[in-house]
Amino acid sequence: MNFLLEGLLSITWQQLVMYGVGVLLIWLAIKKNYEPALLLPMGFGAILVNLPQSGVLNQVLEGVGETTGVIEWLFEVGIEASEALPILLFIGIGAMIDFGPLLSQPVMFLFGAAAQFGIFFAISAATLMGFDLRDAAAIGIIGAADGPTSILVSQILHSKYVGAIAVAAYSYMALVPIVQPFAIRLVTTKRERKIRMEYKPGQVSRSMRILFPIAVTFIVGLIAPSSVALVGFLMFGNLIRECGVLGTLSDTAQNVLANLITLFLGITISFSMQAEAFVNVNTLLIMGVGLLAFVFDTMGGVLFAKLLNLFRKNKINPMIGAAGISAFPMSSRVVQKMAQEEEPGNIILMHAAGANVSGQIASVVAGGLVIDLVSRLL
Amino acid sequence: MWNNFLLSLEIMAKGMSGIFVAILIIMAVVWLLARLTGSQK
Repeated sequence: MNFLLEGLLSITWQQLVMYGVGVLLIWLAIKKNYEPALLLPMGFGAILVNLPQSGVLNQVLEGVGETTGVIEWLFEVGIEASEALPILLFIGIGAMIDFGPLLSQPVMFLFGAAAQFGIFFAISAATLMGFDLRDAAAIGIIGAADGPTSILVSQILHSKYVGAIAVAAYSYMALVPIVQPFAIRLVTTKRERKIRMEYKPGQVSRSMRILFPIAVTFIVGLIAPSSVALVGFLMFGNLIRECGVLGTLSDTAQNVLANLITLFLGITISFSMQAEAFVNVNTLLIMGVGLLAFVFDTMGGVLFAKLLNLFRKNKINPMIGAAGISAFPMSSRVVQKMAQEEEPGNIILMHAAGANVSGQIASVVAGGLVIDLVSRLL
Repeated sequence: MWNNFLLSLEIMAKGMSGIFVAILIIMAVVWLLARLTGSQK
């Protein structure tokens, strides 16, 4: 009867830690509602891949030979071979985004750019902690505040820490309501947070909405060729939404496709959460650097808004700069909530939403540039 | 480590410049499209 106990007896302490991590992620998803669509599959997957001789991973069975595990196969096909899962998710994300608030006040584009500063700060911090350039760049991209981009960049750069990076990226995206107010208060005064902004949106024609995703694909594709997969699929999704003749496809992309890919992506990424690769000090360092990335993204956006205010007659509430990260719509909601708390009746949501969708474009540009720049230096 | 740190500063300078250049070109194209397509303030 020993064979019945083999599994139980071969559990390592690192695997026990991973069961704890899995349960923690499931708890955060269910109890705290933190990115449940991703954290729950990742948490459950963390348990699946860490069971001894788990059947979801490739195994060599005595007398049978090699068997294929479904999660390992999904990872090899959907992420390692083609990065298809994170890229396909961008079609759904693109179909969900309304660029109207951004196109009607183009100055908001700038905050998307400024709020990517945390990525590069985190890359530098990671190199100082001893990570090589490839891993440091992959860790820094947590600051893109965009899970699929983080997974894609870390996979293309062949980082050893894809699992930890994905967990950090999604965890901090869920923690935006805690991280951003803290960072905003560090670099703003109460008076600045009370600034009111008039909302006078320009008209955005249908032709403009249709031409915009095509133009962005050309521009970004020519400047950062490595980002073509990301920005191309993001803008493809948006074109489906805006063209006006593909209503059912747009609905499918926004709902069925996005949900299905999210489901598979979460469980698939858990392949990289195997105990031997995940339970080490570097995972804790990655979580720390990821937090720095989010804080410095926020501060970068806010300080840039303050810089612009030096030259503007109509002042911008500097909190708008913080909404330039890619976590949509959470970041703009956080900024609006803070504005409301500081000054009841202060509505800056549409400005923040403009900056927030700009962050979605800027984060994929940043991802592409990081791949291009790092691959030239390796 | 220091070599990697110096390279990371180079990546920071080029990366942030690249993002701003891309965004500024997009802003210019949006301005142009707004004129051409009749989107206006």
